Amino acid sequence: MTTIDKVTAHLQERFQAQPCDLCGDFSLLIGREHIVEAARLLRDEFGFDMLADITASDYWPEGCSVPPISPRFHVVYNFSSLEHITRLGLRVPVNDDDPQVHTVEGVYACANWFEREIWDMFGIRFEGHSDLRRLLMPRDWEGHPLRKDFPLGYEEPQFTFNFDDIARRKPRAEKGQG
Amino acid sequence: MGVEQKLGNLGVVTFKLEQVVNWSRANAMWPMLFGLACCAVEMMAAQASDYDLSRFGMELMRASPRQSDLMIVAGRVTRKMAPVVRQLYDQMPDPKWVIAMGDCASCGGVFNNYAIVQGVDEVVPVDVYVAGCPPRPEALIHGIITLHEKVRGEKLKDWA
Amino acid sequence: MFPSYEVPLDEFRHLVSERAVTGETVLLNMGPQHPSTHGVLRLLLELDGETVINCIPDIGFLHTGVEKNMESKRYEQAEVMTDRLDYMNTIGNNLPYCLAIEKLGELDVPPRAQAIRVILVELQRLSSHLVWLGTHALDLAAMSVFLYCFREREMIIDIMEMCSGQRMMTTFFRPGGLWRDVPDEFEISVRRFLRYLPGRISQYESMLTKNPIFLDRTKNIGVISGEDAIRWGLTGPALRGSGPKYDIRKAYPYSGYEQYEFEVPTASEGDVYARYQVHMAEMHQSIRIIQQALDKLPIGPVRSNNRKFVPPPRAEIGVSMEALIHHFKLWTEGFSLPKGATYLPVESPRGELGVYLESNGSNKPQRVHYRAPSFAAIQALPILAKGHQVADLIAIIGSIDIVLGDSDR
Repeated sequence: MTTIDKVTAHLQERFQAQPCDLCGDFSLLIGREHIVEAARLLRDEFGFDMLADITASDYWPEGCSVPPISPRFHVVYNFSSLEHITRLGLRVPVNDDDPQVHTVEGVYACANWFEREIWDMFGIRFEGHSDLRRLLMPRDWEGHPLRKDFPLGYEEPQFTFNFDDIARRKPRAEKGQG
Repeated sequence: MGVEQKLGNLGVVTFKLEQVVNWSRANAMWPMLFGLACCAVEMMAAQASDYDLSRFGMELMRASPRQSDLMIVAGRVTRKMAPVVRQLYDQMPDPKWVIAMGDCASCGGVFNNYAIVQGVDEVVPVDVYVAGCPPRPEALIHGIITLHEKVRGEKLKDWA
Repeated sequence: MFPSYEVPLDEFRHLVSERAVTGETVLLNMGPQHPSTHGVLRLLLELDGETVINCIPDIGFLHTGVEKNMESKRYEQAEVMTDRLDYMNTIGNNLPYCLAIEKLGELDVPPRAQAIRVILVELQRLSSHLVWLGTHALDLAAMSVFLYCFREREMIIDIMEMCSGQRMMTTFFRPGGLWRDVPDEFEISVRRFLRYLPGRISQYESMLTKNPIFLDRTKNIGVISGEDAIRWGLTGPALRGSGPKYDIRKAYPYSGYEQYEFEVPTASEGDVYARYQVHMAEMHQSIRIIQQALDKLPIGPVRSNNRKFVPPPRAEIGVSMEALIHHFKLWTEGFSLPKGATYLPVESPRGELGVYLESNGSNKPQRVHYRAPSFAAIQALPILAKGHQVADLIAIIGSIDIVLGDSDR
């Protein structure tokens, strides 16, 4: 049995991890209450010493006016083992009405900024995080940009037919202004 | 040195004040080191060997805005960076000029979204726009020469 | 128009020591515009005299919203934005994106395309390391190295321009292979460059490697142990300078790397000098890989024949109905990938650059995320910089080879 099969079997047995067919490489769903224990297990017992990435994905259909589907978010963890040369992906489904997951910062130190970025971009809180502030957006920004209901902020291009229209609305700095 | 040898002892030479001042401003313009993103690398390449900016009087890039005349905004300006750009522009003493280098600084470029200011002329007044993504060092030099021509054409009543 | 950028102390009080609040130590802002920060990185330094007690990085000044923008574009259109992320390694950003699309769409890549991909990516690695060396040495006041390195970079950029028409943002790799075949002068130019470069690298090494000033400024500065580097997610030369021999090209080979013989250089001290040695040795290995790839360069097509993803040649459209339909569908709708998610890492000059691509069956990606090596490196900066002086901090920032376009995306 390869390492991945051993680990998958162990996770399925202990944490009731469900395989998710449509998810390709990252096909193990794990409950958010188990993620810290699973991470510790992976690091100590199975030798997954590096946390390559934590990211998230929003499944709300774009432009949809019905309430968001459940679970709306999946937080995707990407573990990597340097000695066994394997990778493992875990997904944690998170709902919109209570977007919280416990932090894995205690297990992998590099999770600090990954989780800050997810808070900034998606609005998913991480309990127990030492420093949950915005990372990429300005500190007084409102909204979470990578959510599907956040607008892209597309500015209409200025062609000849709407040139004056847009020129009136667009802020422009003039020479000599203080 | 060359002038006396070619033309002999000229005696007294008269110029208009505008010409002398504009000539000195154009030929010794010091850019501020303000590379933000990819265009910064082409700006560094323009400064380095092969395309040498020193021959235009821009021997070094001053890091401090207080000692520079020209701000080459090289790269995309994000909404988080915009107040910083404005503050640096305000810290520069007059006379000062701004070159918007690249598509992102001129008009937002490839990125039309929440995070990028659509053209740095929303934040600071721009004199010359250089197009390209990133503009070749020759294009930047063309932009700088255009700016020099603009400076040489400035009138007394427009001086800062 | 824009609010002034002031941050009250309360917001990061938990990150600085108590002495900052009483005023015993100085809080200094090493702002976004700084000659030595290699981009727009803001560091809040807590200084006790000249010694750095704490260093709080503040990134986001180059956050371009690429990931969100790519979700609203089709797959081929989104690829254009990938070049502009890590702008020192432009063609190397196209590669993991194309590989991820090829993996999800089960697209084959002809061997000639794979070999040319390897050559161009290794040339880009050389270019990135040259710029790294030039700017790092410039920060440590060795100005002439900067000019020499950029002269070499011009030769590499000329080769890129010959292939694709663009100096930097080439978008030359497309799903299924390359955009077009390389011209005939490609092989001659690359071979000429490879004959010329090793002598130049030896010149740089003779200027820096045994230079007492350089040694003084880089030995025992910014030391990190192997386990700490793994804990903090460091990859690439920053990790290999501390011991672990982990290179994605050997661990998870892609694009035919398993055919080429090359070593993975490591060092054990974990300081700035060790990372410098690893970078220089990597340049020699890149030259080796390019030589082998050029010698073994196969003849054949450079793009897959799968018409669901790759447009047919123009000549075929006039004679074949299927070609016309495929052309029409690709130009109006673009291709769609089956539902699924994949993560594909490659070895960029900075470390592990990975693309997490998730598709929901439509012609636009559901989620594209770039795992940036510089992101983890800047996160580890406070660990590297504690207890050093401000001048050493400059050497450390240079050695971990950060590019803010990469980390801020």
